[in-house]
Amino acid sequence: MSATVETAVEVRPFQVEVSEEELADLLRRIAATRWPSKELVADRSQGVQLSTLQALAGYWSTDYDWRKAEARLNALPQFTTEIDGVDIHFIHVKSQHEDALPLIMTHGWPGSVIELLEAVGPVTDPTAHGGRAEDAFDLVLPSLPGYGFSGEPDDVGWDPGRIARAWAELMHRLGYTRYVAQGGDLGAAVTDAMGRQAPEGLLGIHMNLLVTTLGGGPTPDDSDEAHAALDALATFRATGFGYFLEQATRPQTIGYALLDSPVALAAWMLDHDTDSYQKITNAFVDGHPAGGLTRDHILDNITLYWLTGTGASAARAYWESGRATALAAGEAPPNVSVPVGFTTFADEIFRAPRSWVEGSYPNLMYFNEVDKGGHFAAWEEPDVFAKEVRAAFKSLR
Amino acid sequence: MVSTFETATEIRPFHVEIPEEALDDLRGRIAATRWPEKETVNDQTQGVQLATIQALVRYWSTHYDFRRFEARLNELPQFMTEIDGLDIHFIHVKSPHEDALPLIITHGWPGSVIEMLNVIGPLTDPTAHGGSAEDAFDVVIPSMPGYGFSERPATTGWDPIHIARAWIQLMKGLGYTRYVAQGGDWGAQITDVMGAEAPPGLLGIHSNMPGTVPPEVSKALATGGPAPTGLSDEESRAFEQLSFLYTKGIGYATEMNLRPQTLYGLADSPAALAAWMLDHDAQSYEDITAAFEGNAVGNLTRDEVLDNITMTWLTNTGISSGRLYWENTLGFFDVKGVSVPAAVSVFPRELYQAPRSWTEKAYPKLIYFNEVDQGNHFAAWQEPDLFTTELRAAFSSLRNGRSS
Repeated sequence: MSATVETAVEVRPFQVEVSEEELADLLRRIAATRWPSKELVADRSQGVQLSTLQALAGYWSTDYDWRKAEARLNALPQFTTEIDGVDIHFIHVKSQHEDALPLIMTHGWPGSVIELLEAVGPVTDPTAHGGRAEDAFDLVLPSLPGYGFSGEPDDVGWDPGRIARAWAELMHRLGYTRYVAQGGDLGAAVTDAMGRQAPEGLLGIHMNLLVTTLGGGPTPDDSDEAHAALDALATFRATGFGYFLEQATRPQTIGYALLDSPVALAAWMLDHDTDSYQKITNAFVDGHPAGGLTRDHILDNITLYWLTGTGASAARAYWESGRATALAAGEAPPNVSVPVGFTTFADEIFRAPRSWVEGSYPNLMYFNEVDKGGHFAAWEEPDVFAKEVRAAFKSLR
Repeated sequence: MVSTFETATEIRPFHVEIPEEALDDLRGRIAATRWPEKETVNDQTQGVQLATIQALVRYWSTHYDFRRFEARLNELPQFMTEIDGLDIHFIHVKSPHEDALPLIITHGWPGSVIEMLNVIGPLTDPTAHGGSAEDAFDVVIPSMPGYGFSERPATTGWDPIHIARAWIQLMKGLGYTRYVAQGGDWGAQITDVMGAEAPPGLLGIHSNMPGTVPPEVSKALATGGPAPTGLSDEESRAFEQLSFLYTKGIGYATEMNLRPQTLYGLADSPAALAAWMLDHDAQSYEDITAAFEGNAVGNLTRDEVLDNITMTWLTNTGISSGRLYWENTLGFFDVKGVSVPAAVSVFPRELYQAPRSWTEKAYPKLIYFNEVDQGNHFAAWQEPDLFTTELRAAFSSLRNGRSS
């Protein structure tokens, strides 16, 4: 492995270095924000509320310090390597424990590697975080193409399937011959695709969003929890789908706002799902964050998008997924042949019942429901999340 | 009529006056635009193309006269009047001809009264524009609530039905006892609702985006289902056009329907606002792109397009105008139950070409139906002469002495 990883031409060390001018420009733009009139309702039903966004902008311009985020990233071993024509940025933290299981974890939208940083310690260094040496993972956290410090593809075709193949290549390049994969949101779509491609060495996968059902897959069962999940999905499709459709069909159009206006970017990124929006609003307006979803962590992620100018390229991932779906023309993808683990977090967009997960992944090796944590599970509840990942992959060690 | 109209407390003259600082701020923001990378395709399938929006911004910052729209508006009699607690801005131009037919024209999104400026001359002064005195209209062109210089509602409830009722009040307040109404886009919805309310005095309506889609077809479109069987070729074509619209071309409308407030970029970034306003439908986008390449189609010129965008920027109405989608509960193309005489012009590059068969069912008193050979969604804006000819023909049977 070391022979491959140390080939400097292929895998290069990476450090984040943002210039003072870029930060000054950001602060200038936040200060110069021209606000719209207040929404006409007392809740989020017209979108991100003015008071939430003004509280965020206020904190961003006065108390927030990007340099801390930069230091957090730079404290971790980061690399870039070109795969399929795109420079892929990734964090690679090896466990001190021998026989650690290699794990590639993929973030989603509107996330980035920032959402997974809190999980690095518990996953790689379990003995310092309530676990045992046998729970240890070597961790690879790539930035999706078009996200963060990864390159922006300039050709079409970077759908979850192509990203999945790139991840397999990345793990191969790092010399890992036996590994597992994990993801939520878009990361779950990539992880699901890896499971279907079943590259050599992939032992199993774990996900915290049931992307098959989100895309209209099977929803067996007549139980109360299945009905509740169906209702939640219907609500999301009926009332929470605007950003999804815009990004799937016209990412470039919204991209102009995301590149030119910090508050436009922040608002777009806050408006993902009701639960996370409320939690983030609480963090900024009332000062009561939910777990790791603190003001600083939220702004680390938004500032990363701003500084890397990746609002449009990140949104394009939805367009790519839509294109891939259209090209597949309803043809069913191959089944996932590797073992699958799944955790249903209480506040996810919908609580996937076991029957649904089994319907999509007959080779289900692990299923659990936990009582806290939402769409950004690793970010919000890193300890719960780490416990789930440990438990899910235990049988594959 | 005169007594009501001249009551100064109710109807106040209005002039646009943009402070220089607002223009300086706009110039500064345009110059500081931070661009994304180019889209990864060579067409508009990912949205407004970088080359198009950069050409627009270049023209905006170098050639466009920021006071152009202000001067154009101030050449016209403009007024403000409060209706249901909201200040409504409107242009009111009377014809020099007696017996001119009063006409209220309603714009849409992402439009404004700017769309209608070039039809005012031909409609009010036909003898100077190839028509005869009997073609004359008195025109009333209001800005919808939250658009342009009309006040932005601070409470919910200003949906198309509420606006239609406000327009009925406006015409009544102006003393008009016999009048007609016209609209496209939201203006068509509002005009249809007026035609369904059928207030005394409303003689008839004309639409260039009629609501004709039968319920079973509308249902199939909403659910993404297959076309109902038995559609004629024309109807099948309309179904395909609307089906494309609902799956690929409605992102902007869905976002404004669900989360208008989230679009903070419309208030904070001129380039974001311009891009959002260009991305209405494939045909008008193509025409506007051509305009910024120096090949305007009809009257949809660079300056016209920028008049509309600049006014929306300076009035900071990007989000308030989008809220109309949130307010709306009507199906865009559904039948609205119009009971008054109705006229329809079908423009070939409109979102869909309403089939005559559907139109006849949707408007039981169809007095006029015509398919013209040019013009997109912004019919009045792009083809003012053709649009005027249509309105003259559409309403001729409703004029004094020629209708029951």
